[in-house]
Amino acid sequence: MNNKFRVFLRGIFDVSPLMIPVVPFGLIFGVLSIDIGFSPIETMGMSLIVFGGASQIVLLQLFSGGASSLVIISSVGAVNSRHLLYGAVVSEHLSDLKLIWKIIISYLLVDQAFARSNEYFKKNNDKNKYFHLFGGGITCWVIWQTTTFLGIVLGAFIPEKLGLSFAVPLTFLALLVNDFRKFINVIVIIISGLVATFGFNYVPYKAYVIVAGIIALLTAAILTKLVKTNE
Amino acid sequence: MSNWLLIIYCGLITFLTRFSMIALLKREMFNERIREILSFVPSAIFPAIIFPAIFLDNSGDFQLENNPKIMAAIIAMLIGIVSQNIIATIISGLASYWFLIFVV
Repeated sequence: MNNKFRVFLRGIFDVSPLMIPVVPFGLIFGVLSIDIGFSPIETMGMSLIVFGGASQIVLLQLFSGGASSLVIISSVGAVNSRHLLYGAVVSEHLSDLKLIWKIIISYLLVDQAFARSNEYFKKNNDKNKYFHLFGGGITCWVIWQTTTFLGIVLGAFIPEKLGLSFAVPLTFLALLVNDFRKFINVIVIIISGLVATFGFNYVPYKAYVIVAGIIALLTAAILTKLVKTNE
Repeated sequence: MSNWLLIIYCGLITFLTRFSMIALLKREMFNERIREILSFVPSAIFPAIIFPAIFLDNSGDFQLENNPKIMAAIIAMLIGIVSQNIIATIISGLASYWFLIFVV
């Protein structure tokens, strides 16, 4: 068995446990997208073209609320800005790759694959280590496309009164579980939530996600600064 | 804008964020301060989706009474804080929501 293939399999193995929460997330996405009025082909297209859970759910949420395209696209950008953080970490390991591999890896670089491969990169330094990220990314991709498809099929049988749209805030809430224990994060969470809720009807073009995000991030900047000066 | 064009633009911006981090960004471009602030992005953005979906109804009016979503979200949050587990958080929230609308 050659080395690339072994590293590839290792990537699949390492990322697999993180796929458990992705299953309900993908199903919910497929069901909701049909519910909101996207066609099955468009729904599948979203998972194939965008391939990002948080991006796709934000797209659905704002689309169903009647937001303009420009606001939807910039909100998706705002949600993705958290990824810029990874760049500082992962780019040094991938700087020697050919452009085509950088493009493939970029398409596949979702949170779960990043988290596992970043750990692997820190411990291993052979030239084929990017196959770890490739394996993890492909695993996420297969799970995401399959569960989207199942969601589309199931959506036809799930009654509306189950209120499955409530799964959207729950999913994002679940992504924050680690942050509820940190004091500054809790304040930032509350500020963002309050600005978005009270600004929902008043911020023009439904840009409440961006406005709340900017105000909350400024709060984080001020609070972290205050904590430092007091230390 | 057609749905397809919207999907393609959203895909493009998602791809470009990821591509920029692999191909363009270097560790030196972010000092510790910027990295620290970027680590707050999920806490700053996700609640802007969570809160309105819980406290407002479909037409954007406040819905504070007879709203099982509030109690279900609180239960999910508490389970999340204790378990630190994504699936347990989602399932406990949905289960308590269904319990509140179908059983109580």
